[in-house]
Amino acid sequence: MATFLELSGISKRFGGVHALREVNLTLEAGEVHCIVGENGSGKSTLIKIISGVEEPERGGLIAISGKEYPKLNPVHSTQCGIQVIYQDLSLFPNLNVAENIAMAHHLGGLHRVDWRAMKTTAMAAMEKVGVELDPETKVSELSIASRQLVAICRALSADAKVIIMDEPTASLTRHEVDSLIKLVSDLKRSGICIVFVSHRLDEVLEIADRVTVLRDGAKVGTFAAETIDGRKLSHLMTGQAFDYRVQTRDVTASPVVLEVNGLCRDGDYQDVSFQLRAGEVVGLTGLLGSGRTELALSLFGMNTPDRGTVALQGRPIALNTNGDAIDLGIAYVSEDRLTLGLILNQSVAANITLTVLERLAGTFGLIRAHARRSHVARWIADLAIKVSNPENPVKTLSGGNQQRVVLAKWMATNPRVLILDSPTVGVDISAKHGIYEIIQRLAREGVAILMISDEIPEVLYHTDRVLVMHDGRLTIDVAAEKTSEDALRQAVNA
Amino acid sequence: MPESFIASFSRFRRSHEFWLLIVILVLCASLSLANAQFLTMQNLFDLLTSYAFVGILALGLLVVLIAGGIDISFTATASVAQYVALAVANAYGANWISVCAMAIGIGGALGAVNAILIQKLRIPSIIVSIATLNVFYGLLIFFTAGKYIYSLPDWFATGIFWFEFEWGKDSSYGVNLQIFALAVCFLITWLVLNRTNIGRQIYAMGGNADAARRLGFHIFGLNMLVYCYMGVMAGVASLVQAQLAQSVAPTVLVGKELDVVAAVVLGGASLMGGVGTVLGTFLGLALLAVLQNGLILLGVSSYWSPLFVGFVILISVSVTAWSQRERRTKRAGP
Amino acid sequence: MNKSPLAALLRRMSRRVGSGTVATLAPLLLALWAGFAIVIGDRFFSIDTLQSMAFQMPELGILSLAMMLALLSGGLNLSIIATANLTGLTIAFLLTRYIPGTDGIAWVGVQVVALVAGFAVAALIGLINGFVIAYLRVSPILATLGTMTLCKGLAIGLTHGNVISGFPAPIVFIGNGTVWGVPVALIVLALCALPVATLLNATPFGAKVYMIGSNEKATRYSGVDTRAVLLKLYVLSSLLAGVAAVVMLARFNSANAAYGESYLLVTILAAVLGGVDPFGGFGKVGGLILALIILQVISSAFNLLNLSQFLTLAIWGGILIAVAAVPYLRGKFAR
Repeated sequence: MATFLELSGISKRFGGVHALREVNLTLEAGEVHCIVGENGSGKSTLIKIISGVEEPERGGLIAISGKEYPKLNPVHSTQCGIQVIYQDLSLFPNLNVAENIAMAHHLGGLHRVDWRAMKTTAMAAMEKVGVELDPETKVSELSIASRQLVAICRALSADAKVIIMDEPTASLTRHEVDSLIKLVSDLKRSGICIVFVSHRLDEVLEIADRVTVLRDGAKVGTFAAETIDGRKLSHLMTGQAFDYRVQTRDVTASPVVLEVNGLCRDGDYQDVSFQLRAGEVVGLTGLLGSGRTELALSLFGMNTPDRGTVALQGRPIALNTNGDAIDLGIAYVSEDRLTLGLILNQSVAANITLTVLERLAGTFGLIRAHARRSHVARWIADLAIKVSNPENPVKTLSGGNQQRVVLAKWMATNPRVLILDSPTVGVDISAKHGIYEIIQRLAREGVAILMISDEIPEVLYHTDRVLVMHDGRLTIDVAAEKTSEDALRQAVNA
Repeated sequence: MPESFIASFSRFRRSHEFWLLIVILVLCASLSLANAQFLTMQNLFDLLTSYAFVGILALGLLVVLIAGGIDISFTATASVAQYVALAVANAYGANWISVCAMAIGIGGALGAVNAILIQKLRIPSIIVSIATLNVFYGLLIFFTAGKYIYSLPDWFATGIFWFEFEWGKDSSYGVNLQIFALAVCFLITWLVLNRTNIGRQIYAMGGNADAARRLGFHIFGLNMLVYCYMGVMAGVASLVQAQLAQSVAPTVLVGKELDVVAAVVLGGASLMGGVGTVLGTFLGLALLAVLQNGLILLGVSSYWSPLFVGFVILISVSVTAWSQRERRTKRAGP
Repeated sequence: MNKSPLAALLRRMSRRVGSGTVATLAPLLLALWAGFAIVIGDRFFSIDTLQSMAFQMPELGILSLAMMLALLSGGLNLSIIATANLTGLTIAFLLTRYIPGTDGIAWVGVQVVALVAGFAVAALIGLINGFVIAYLRVSPILATLGTMTLCKGLAIGLTHGNVISGFPAPIVFIGNGTVWGVPVALIVLALCALPVATLLNATPFGAKVYMIGSNEKATRYSGVDTRAVLLKLYVLSSLLAGVAAVVMLARFNSANAAYGESYLLVTILAAVLGGVDPFGGFGKVGGLILALIILQVISSAFNLLNLSQFLTLAIWGGILIAVAAVPYLRGKFAR
């Protein structure tokens, strides 16, 4: 196989931080190459250098088909055949499918728009990818999976030799992931190199020919996919080994805290019934589109179910707003930490106290500064949040510490039920353990915890009971020790 | 063939422009019943002529809004362009070409100032345009002491009158300067936005600026173009207005921003960027003109006109925002 | 850590004002004062100058507070001047219509009713703004542009641009009187600034406003009723415009549909100069007041130098651009 792209000695500094150190990488035509690494390992910086959005430090070399360049720019790298599909897809929602796919037609100096040619290009690309979309539809009206296909069509129609996909499966259902994998093999056969950047080690091993592991900006190594497994990969990514232990705890004697009966929301989920006991950690998994997020949002009062009842400690409750839910003791940690869980520009203290403002107020409704200070200090100590000054903006913290701030915010509301949505996404493997400890501690204190996750090991090994949702229905409700990864995987993908 | 026609017609039926058209037709029908004067050639001709100024400015603002920015300094830009171009014409002699060139040049330059401040200094566009409005206007009045120019070159007064035709008794109508300029500006804007790649890049940038940057669009260049275009339109509009009024009054244009914003916003352009059409702006302008004209014909004092414009703006933006919200919640996503 | 009470006081003050802002503005103020003193000489230090500054500042100050509130939430309130004028005209109309011929209790009563009516109008505008922005999700720029046109249109429609003047003495006193040498208007400004500062710094409402300004969606997900907060905020903003209206009509002893239009730029300038982030989420009242003093000093100096008001406008515009560019320039030179 011919080497298409070769990076030698690529380094990148941002201020005093070394994002990349002397990284060497080769990409061969017709291979699927996965790049894995924790947050901060340098994956995104590497991609940006390949695509020309960032320049490497002097001394690094990029060789494309033999020709060497000290650096690239976006237009140049596109001309060389390098296409990047970022996680946000970089599509234009206000334009239609044809225009998005054939966007390359718009580049260059001033010229007339050839609508017919654009439509032809778009149709050809869609045929290659095997998707049928109305080219006149505005992208804003498409589902995420369709948008991803549009993004892939765009990469193809630009005569790509390398297609780099950043976390492509994050928002896809299993079915759609399968389609993507099949598409990737087809593209592979036509000589295109596909680069996957992903944190989902299962999928990486399923799809990759070679895997490159980055850690702390340096390349740990490149491996043929057959020679490694998930455990070895996470070892390489973190430099540490974690033992997964199956959690067992007997909670049959605990009172039922939350009882859901026949809950329905047309179009999202049907006939969902289950119970949560005090001190129980219940995992909930299922594909995107299985209704699990919508169910969680219903329990948090962010959307209203059509039928069915929810009872808290025996009493039926109505949840019309999330304010109601919080007052009743239900808390929800969103999976989108950076835009929904935290207010990045504001201080750690402000974020932590956001849920308890009224409680900190005293006479005349004024917040007692002393109470606020001690509240913040208590939670920082309690959750071991590493921060030098609580008034620093929360965006200066690491992913794991940020998640602790979110947890502190919600734990301060003394919830009886805590719903965690993908709590360890974007948290380094080494910090994940800390989050699990906090969850276990909450369980010991009697909080009922519902943990939603994509990662089956996480759902299996850190919970007492597992729920699986499929196509809007609850199909599995079983004690964690009585099931296995394979059984769960089968139920999820059924 | 017929199938795609049906598809595009149903798409049109769901669009903002369609509803605008219905409202305008209903209004026109009711007005013509209430007052016979409305649907006369004279009235329509006068309307077109008097709204040319607002219309040309609205086209410039449309382009800025599509690109994701905002500019309310265009009345000051127009005042400066008008004054300088005609003062020079008076002092040194000129003809149509040179006066147009001057007005367009000045307008474009002032627009470029906006673009540089917004892009290079990273200041929000609303704040930049509020600031430049005052800088341009303040300096203009300071240096001119607010003096009007009443005597303009003869050739300027004559203007043009093409395609003359007869309609009714003793009245001849034709394309005058205002209508000509309005039509040309509409045509050019439509061509740029729909037929050139740069126009489509402007739409794209307004829809997703990050993606545009990553794809290699020249963001600064596009913004420069957009704000200069607004300035150029301001220059053209200023000449159109001066020719109609046959005088240059440096203090009279500033304050007319609201009509222009109303026309564009009624036409469906969004402050978020990436949305808006030339047809919509034309319909918005037409609606505004019909409303204001209707008030006059119905005998309502012109003192009440701003109030109605305010109402119409509020209702229009509320309806637009509400329908966008409906569309967003309907497409329930993960 | 220095435990001396003075250090603690300074630390508390700098936190209240935003230490970065004080550090920049205080020396700037001193420099300007010194500079103008040299250029203008004795006239600058006269009691008259100081007093006229103290009389002019309050209405601008109260309007700037109104603008600041909107800016903090990530929005803008373009309707404050128009609201103030409409409020002023309402009060003026009621006063001139019903005062002549009354005395005693009725005389006091009419004035009170007029003021209440004025504030009711301001509150109504604020409700419209708040509802359209918070519940209909219209962009604040467009919404307040609409209410601005509405108010101005109503005012012009009713008055045809004419001035209403001639108010009873107690009203006029608000704008022109002094208490122990301090202008009443300045006291009114203080009576507005202090509660607003307390509200922003020390109440749950204030904390929520800042959070909404930085990220409204995340704030909502944390259980805050952001729509109610925004509604109250815009009502408060318009009420402050109403207070400014009272001060203005008292000072000029007249009301008009087009007063103070050049103030809009200056309120934004005062806010941005005072450390308010135009994108929302940051800014303190202390910084705003300092910025206002600076602007007032500049304005009075311009007056004494006989600078044309239009040149002054242009200079305000220039300063706004310079001030708004500071965060970017600071970032650039820090590297």
